[in-house]
Amino acid sequence: MLNHLWLIPALPLLGFLLNGLFGKRLGNGFVSLVGPLSSFLSAVAGTVAVLQYHHQYPNGDRHVDVVYNWISSGGVGADLAFQLDPLSIVMLLVVTWVGFLIHLYSVGYMAHEEGYWRYFSYLNLFLAEMLVLVLGSSYLVMFVGWEGVGLCSYLLIGFYYDKDFAVAAGKKAFVVNRIGDFGFLVAMFLMFAYFGTVDFAKVSQIASGGVEPGLVTAICLLLFLGATGKSAQIPLYVWLPDAMAGPTPVSALIHAATMVTAGVYMIARPNALYRLAPDALMVVAIIGALTAIFAATIGIRQNDIKKVLAYSTVSQLGFMFIGVGVGAFTAGIFHLITHAFFKACLFLGSGSVIHAMSGEQDIRRMGGLWKKIPITAWTFLIATIAIAGFPPLSGFFSKDEILASALANPYFPDLGVWIWAIGTVAALFTAFYMFRLFFLTFGGSFRGTQEQEHHLHESPWTMTVPLVVLAAGSILGGALTVNHFLEHWLELPTFEVSPARAWLAMIASTIVAILGTWFAYALFGRRGLAADERFERRAPAVARTLENKYYVDEFYDEALVTPLERFSRFLWRGIDALIDGILALGGYVVAAVGDLLRFLQTGNVRNYALMFFVGVIVFIWIFA
Amino acid sequence: MTHILSWTIWLPIAAAFLLALFPRSAANTIKILGLFVSLATFVISLAMVQQFQEGIAAFQLVESMSWIPQWGIRYALGVDGISLWLVLLTTLLTPVVFLSSWNAIHKHPKEYVISFLIMEAAMIGVFVATDLVLFYVFFELTLLPMYLVIGVWGGAYRIYAAIKFFLFTVTGSLLMLLGIIYLGFLQFHQTGVWSFAITDFYGLGLPPHTQSILFGAFALAFAIKVPLFPLHTWLPDAHVEAPTGGSIILAGVMLKMGTYGFLRFVLPFFPDATAKYGPLIIALAVIGVIYGALVSWVQPDMKKLVAYSSVSHLGFCVLGIFAINQTAIEGSILQMVNHGLSTGALFLLVGVVYERRHTRMLADYGGIARTMPLYATFFVIAVLSSVGLPGLNGFVGEFLILAGSFKTQPVWTVVATTGVILAAIYLLWLVQRVFFGPIVNDENRHIPDIAWNEVAAMVPLVVLMVWIGVHPNTFLRKMAPSVEQLIATVERGRESGKAMLAKTPARRSPLAARLAEARQ
Repeated sequence: MLNHLWLIPALPLLGFLLNGLFGKRLGNGFVSLVGPLSSFLSAVAGTVAVLQYHHQYPNGDRHVDVVYNWISSGGVGADLAFQLDPLSIVMLLVVTWVGFLIHLYSVGYMAHEEGYWRYFSYLNLFLAEMLVLVLGSSYLVMFVGWEGVGLCSYLLIGFYYDKDFAVAAGKKAFVVNRIGDFGFLVAMFLMFAYFGTVDFAKVSQIASGGVEPGLVTAICLLLFLGATGKSAQIPLYVWLPDAMAGPTPVSALIHAATMVTAGVYMIARPNALYRLAPDALMVVAIIGALTAIFAATIGIRQNDIKKVLAYSTVSQLGFMFIGVGVGAFTAGIFHLITHAFFKACLFLGSGSVIHAMSGEQDIRRMGGLWKKIPITAWTFLIATIAIAGFPPLSGFFSKDEILASALANPYFPDLGVWIWAIGTVAALFTAFYMFRLFFLTFGGSFRGTQEQEHHLHESPWTMTVPLVVLAAGSILGGALTVNHFLEHWLELPTFEVSPARAWLAMIASTIVAILGTWFAYALFGRRGLAADERFERRAPAVARTLENKYYVDEFYDEALVTPLERFSRFLWRGIDALIDGILALGGYVVAAVGDLLRFLQTGNVRNYALMFFVGVIVFIWIFA
Repeated sequence: MTHILSWTIWLPIAAAFLLALFPRSAANTIKILGLFVSLATFVISLAMVQQFQEGIAAFQLVESMSWIPQWGIRYALGVDGISLWLVLLTTLLTPVVFLSSWNAIHKHPKEYVISFLIMEAAMIGVFVATDLVLFYVFFELTLLPMYLVIGVWGGAYRIYAAIKFFLFTVTGSLLMLLGIIYLGFLQFHQTGVWSFAITDFYGLGLPPHTQSILFGAFALAFAIKVPLFPLHTWLPDAHVEAPTGGSIILAGVMLKMGTYGFLRFVLPFFPDATAKYGPLIIALAVIGVIYGALVSWVQPDMKKLVAYSSVSHLGFCVLGIFAINQTAIEGSILQMVNHGLSTGALFLLVGVVYERRHTRMLADYGGIARTMPLYATFFVIAVLSSVGLPGLNGFVGEFLILAGSFKTQPVWTVVATTGVILAAIYLLWLVQRVFFGPIVNDENRHIPDIAWNEVAAMVPLVVLMVWIGVHPNTFLRKMAPSVEQLIATVERGRESGKAMLAKTPARRSPLAARLAEARQ
């Protein structure tokens, strides 16, 4: 398997082709077989490769499998090559197995949707591209996957293509991501210009050999610009909440568990560069912290079950960036893994809720679902506890490790305290908005229509099995930290956290988790929706600002999009017309000159004689 | 097969003359024959690719025959890594045009087929002529059929557009003609032998100010053709009025005659002037990248949107050429082909719905992905190619241009890279507006999906998009030596220019010197 790593992405790619070309004709049975099966085979192939790797490379060296020379042109180029090392193995396992579970879930969830074949072919393509992203051995190959998952995200967000908002959301996602890609591209141009390669290992090696620090900082910041696009960080996070227009399993797979975490991978992968550029690390950490708290506050006032989870994802990604930003790369990746479990579980749970509620997404019309859909409710509760950060569930360990590292980081210790503080407050909000969501959805009494109540049902096994598996993962994920297993496995650079700081962070984390939950219970567990109404009465301005997400979308529209569009119209109507005008004027001048010259051609011999005479005079004046 | 290049030129011309003898009523036979001949030409050009040897920089498959011996003008042909793929692009797009307009041309189908065959021959001639005068003849010969195609088979304002197209291009090329004659004289003056062979001009070592004048004459002609901002205003009008086939060829091949001209003549003939005015051209190209993209975005007409996008895309090509870097120039040549494929495909597809709905206004569409799913699929693939998605052709070209140009022109390259963002904005806007959303207009509820002939025209384009995207080395390998040699020529010329400048400080033009002398 190790010499056929390409098979891992090729299998879902084959699934994409089969479903895309023949799925419509051969029917849903065929599609339901090919879609999940190809992702399952890919997961198996990946796992086999990992086992072989483990056997062959006990030291965690990098294994590279070159497929062929992709581009080669005057010193710029790259092989299409895949690599295995501990970091890509972690990503590989998360992507393939979570991906398979979500394929399975989709069989039930999407069963009655039109365009079932299209859905699965896109989902397979996504998996293939995501695997190229995490297995690629150079920035350029990673970029192929990076753009590819962006395309699939675009297609899947706009899956319900006759809905205007879904299509607009898809386009927004693609365009905003492209702004990030600009950074990624320029970073690669720099690498080619100064290092002559974009191979992960070679770039890190050359940079560590001593180069201009400004160059490394520039590369790191440009890469991070790419990461803010894909991983929805300030200022490019705006596409992710809108992306919820896609089918719910897509939100779980692409917009929670895998694709959006690619940015974190993008910082962890070239950690050698980032450690040479502490300024860049600091920017990453600050952006991460700000995003974490910013999105968490918005989550408090959202009423669409998926929107709450979307902002939660933005916020949790912020935590991951705090982790990698303070140089605790393992902690960031750890949170990436645990988040993949609990957030996928939450999203799929929300899908199960929406399924049960006949398509309803507004939590104000839910309530009392605890008894009606018990498996969904239990798994949702487990994942909520995990994300809120209660020990001993997975979220607690990973989040705590991030916050403790922020407090203890050696790169910018003074700032680290503030980042820890912000992160801890964000954790408080996290527990609060998640339990608000939980209580409003599952607690109290049912607030929907009678018809909805009549239709309430638990989902089929293809949907509940993934929920249970992911909930189990949410509970047990913390085990990765036992005996520093993940740390030893990944072998990413790290630093000591003194016991005092570790305890401080841990106690603070636990307290905020309890506090947040308690507040949520006191308000929403007891009073239900009335608590929201009271908030609105007491602080209407704050409530409205949060509800409207700080008006950032409106600001971008007014400050960027509209002026740019006006300017474009000016170019078209103004400049283009002006150019044509000037050229037309040239034409008129020619015509006018011709008219004037006509007067010279009088046919009158005396005039010609005069001109001849004048000419001779001029000639003599010059040359005599 | 010997004289393979001559075959690709004369077969279509001979066929055109033969078809002229056919009665007008035999429209179907003429169409079938036209398609057959263009396919035969394509097959011959494949043989050309097959016989083309890798690793050789010089012209291959050369043919040379005396034409006007008094002036040393020869019928000389040859193909190298710079022109090889452009020839293939031409021979590919011509049958694509015939296929796509199979049922679209009702007026004078015979003349339509003849026009395109002559155009094909002339365009191939442009790319394979190795004699400057012969090149010029072909260059001008392309103009006539295109003028007719726009003026006869065009839209409502076709006469205006045709004349605008003609005047713009002819202005440039007349200046170039003067330049060619002047160059011929200079060459004779230096060597005492008349010759217009392109390679004879490479080592001419013209004094800098002569270079500047000639650079101006040549560059203007090619800048109009490309078109470079601010000389682009003929393009949207020509495209909007041209029939679909005309647009495919115009965007697909004819614009490349401009970029090709820069590469083949301007850079190696005038290396010092290139160094001096290159930054200006690069600035205009990059402005064009942004300008074209922004103006595209606000177009209400699909075809105009695609037309302006050409200004943006060709800006990348010109940037790559004047960056004078192996990677960038290879990327440029590849991107010329890519643009021919993706924009050719987009024009073709815009034509498909225009055939059915007789409107190109974005506002008249919406939601037709439901009525024309296969069509929508093709369109989205063409858009993704144009937008530069890795795995398809556009990405490779754009990336090589930018990564290469960054080494010599970092600032302009970074500015041009924002064009990548803008491309996503205007192209996805197009897709969103036309294909997605609810169907509001009832006329969009029942549009027949893409037909067999249109599918047949699209499939080879899509195959090549994927091929170039996945295995660009097939194409890059064959062009590398010629590009290397080109860059070496430019650098050598620049050094000898410097050496000359050191020997003879500030030479003035003969007339100016005479005038100054006279005044004393």
